[in-house]
Amino acid sequence: MSDMRALYQEVILDHNRNPRNFGPLEGANRVAQGTNPLCGDNYTIYARVNDDNIVEAVGFEGSGCAISKAAASMMTTRIKGKKVESAEQLIEEFRAMLTGELDMQGDHSLGHLTVFEGVAQLPQRVKCAVLPWHAMNAALEGDEVTSTEGDSDIWSKE
Amino acid sequence: MSAQPTALSRSWEEVRADFPILAQSIHGHPLAYLDTAASAQMPQQVIDRLVWYHSTLHSNVHRGVHTLSQRATQAFEDVRLKVKNLLNARSLKECIFTGGTTDAINLVAHSFGKAFLKEGDRVLLSALEHHANIVPWQRICEEVGASIDVIPINDRGELILDGLDDLLTERTRIVGVNHVSNALGTVNPIEEIIARAHARDIPVLIDGAQAVAHMKVDVQALDADFYAFSSHKLCGPTGIGVLYGKEHWLEKMPPYRSGGDMILNVSWEGTTYNGLPHKFEAGTPSIAAGVGMGAAIDYLQELGFERIAAREAELLDKATERLSAIPGVRLIGTAEHKASVLSFDIEGVHPHDIGSILDSEGVAIRAGHHCAQPVMTRLGVPATARASFAFYNDDQDIDRLVAGIYSVKEIFGV
Repeated sequence: MSDMRALYQEVILDHNRNPRNFGPLEGANRVAQGTNPLCGDNYTIYARVNDDNIVEAVGFEGSGCAISKAAASMMTTRIKGKKVESAEQLIEEFRAMLTGELDMQGDHSLGHLTVFEGVAQLPQRVKCAVLPWHAMNAALEGDEVTSTEGDSDIWSKE
Repeated sequence: MSAQPTALSRSWEEVRADFPILAQSIHGHPLAYLDTAASAQMPQQVIDRLVWYHSTLHSNVHRGVHTLSQRATQAFEDVRLKVKNLLNARSLKECIFTGGTTDAINLVAHSFGKAFLKEGDRVLLSALEHHANIVPWQRICEEVGASIDVIPINDRGELILDGLDDLLTERTRIVGVNHVSNALGTVNPIEEIIARAHARDIPVLIDGAQAVAHMKVDVQALDADFYAFSSHKLCGPTGIGVLYGKEHWLEKMPPYRSGGDMILNVSWEGTTYNGLPHKFEAGTPSIAAGVGMGAAIDYLQELGFERIAAREAELLDKATERLSAIPGVRLIGTAEHKASVLSFDIEGVHPHDIGSILDSEGVAIRAGHHCAQPVMTRLGVPATARASFAFYNDDQDIDRLVAGIYSVKEIFGV
């Protein structure tokens, strides 16, 4: 129970209740869908990348648990305005945090996103937090569909 | 093993003590296991039978001339007799060991489908089906050019049978319906469906996965053509299950998988297949699991299905009453006839979050679409939280579920 309070921090609950950048994005030139077939979570991630390779705008829609929705919402606020390369670096840092591979004391640019650190202690829920990030990564790489099941990174690059 | 004369007089508290797994802590809390619809727990009597099998008679079946093999074969075939008695099948030939319910349904879909489904034919399923009773039919239909019709449900999760006669067309070749819905707990009027299908000479497959451990099933009284179930929903081990099929259908159906016991004779000119039930049993079966399933059948029969059903109805009624009284909790699936499954959601909280928070308090429920996505779509929910009860649950388990739900509401501020 105390672990659960640490996990469901107010910032996560707030983004769950009032997701930022929610809804389809006009003029999106990158779109990907992320699904977790085990639980049915499903998000579509939109991004508009300009000629300078900057992610000008992002949006998302879909449904899922508080963890996945807050992860999606907070992701959109952090990625908007970033260069694609630094967005991809952030995605990698987020993934590494949830799989316990990131040195949290070391150099990283996660900032507030560290509220998701506790999810790493709940293996069943890691996929929830990673799903929208996974989809964003797929969108930036020009893929259309991704999934947290199977070796989707390999499949989607076929 | 003979029935213990004391079986009927044992209290539910004593029965609960048969299940060693329930006497443990999860995250510092006593375990409240409320996920029997996914897999039922095994009593010590089943675990003991597995130990007995592995430590005294494990050997391959049906081929050894040595004593161990004969004993293992005997122990395994004894279970077929227990299954025949459990279901009241006419003959041992009608009781086929499979890998489980899903495997059994695949067997019927592919074997019956190859023999009897042609382009333009139709398969009638219910809107309450689990993926395992949808996807095998989609695959065979695609292969042969047949299509699927669906019996609709109402908002309470009950099948609507008003239009059934129109759905039973002259091209309908088989009906597939579950006895009890895994997602909502609805007990379906399968006797009526079978009677109305039979009036048009259409056979019916019953997915009995959620029924056999909770009520007395009599395939002759039901007049089911096929009936499938899994050992692990019956307090037995995983990896084995049963397909009951009427002999005249099974005789006309081609073998499904090939090799092992399903063969009588092989030459380069061709193969002669074994007779029923071995015709459908390829390769070495899950022998230990089968022997364990036999112990589970003995155990449930000793408890008595009427007593089990009454106990579970009592738990369901209590839990339904308690959960209905919690503001913001909505029960999903409120059929008049229900088995001990309680699907619900909490306004403003996704079921996965409910599941995680309950788990942190030692309360094990299922959260998700329960491999029944069409049911969720029909009811307009992405997923549900599902507490499912067995006779080994008690009032404390319900108290802990209710307390856990209040924790969820508190954390989410709803």
